[in-house]
Amino acid sequence: MAEMRKQRPGTMRLVDATQYRLPLAAWVSILHRVSGAMMFLLLPLVIWFFDVSITSEISYERFTTAFGAGIGFVPGGLVKLVVLGLIWAFLHHAIAGVRHLWMDMTHSVSKEQGRSSAVVTLGLSLLLTVALGAKLFGLY
Amino acid sequence: MSVNYGSRRVVTGAHYGMRDWLSQRVTAVLMALFTVVLLAQLIFTKGPIGYDAWAGIFSAQWMKVLTLVLFIALGWHAWVGMRDIWMDYVKPAALRLVLQVFTIVWLVGCMGWAIQVLWRL
Repeated sequence: MAEMRKQRPGTMRLVDATQYRLPLAAWVSILHRVSGAMMFLLLPLVIWFFDVSITSEISYERFTTAFGAGIGFVPGGLVKLVVLGLIWAFLHHAIAGVRHLWMDMTHSVSKEQGRSSAVVTLGLSLLLTVALGAKLFGLY
Repeated sequence: MSVNYGSRRVVTGAHYGMRDWLSQRVTAVLMALFTVVLLAQLIFTKGPIGYDAWAGIFSAQWMKVLTLVLFIALGWHAWVGMRDIWMDYVKPAALRLVLQVFTIVWLVGCMGWAIQVLWRL
């Protein structure tokens, strides 16, 4: 009994979690959290975009130049990268959220359904991010 | 069962979580529907989308009402999610309280700003 107790790993910490090989569904789950935290932290930037894009035609100019000349000392390229990150975060979070709702409503919680829906979530969010990112960086 | 009252009362916990779980899903659905409404308006706008078309979308009174509901849903949704993160990773009660207060201040501040932008249009 004492031997058994010694072998128990105890409370798992965040560092220990990095030692595990994550299945795709687990990647969707942790990225759901990461993308949510990202949008929480960047919320003031999003509202700033909303503010300048909508307030007046003069402020609208500041909105469009943010992606070229940049915002203050922040270069436009970096603004684009951050916005690309936000686009991915929104898409992943939204699609993973719909996946949650679908699982809740149809009780689709088997291992196989978890895996296939995780593939769809990751694939679709990355595909749309690439498509919108190409537009953002002026590739088409 | 260990003692959970008086000076041994556990001051952190999930309050069973049913209300949070449900409100997070309801607010998520509201935000998803808003996204569809906004996308539909963008898609059905004729010609290139400049300032006039963009600001025009939000200047309609019904759209302002929907956008206000969106802000409130977003604030509520983000509060539940961020609280989940703090509860999972931050164990000291004092630090967790500080982070939760920061979250509320951050979200209420953002919502106030967003509502001001919306309603002066």
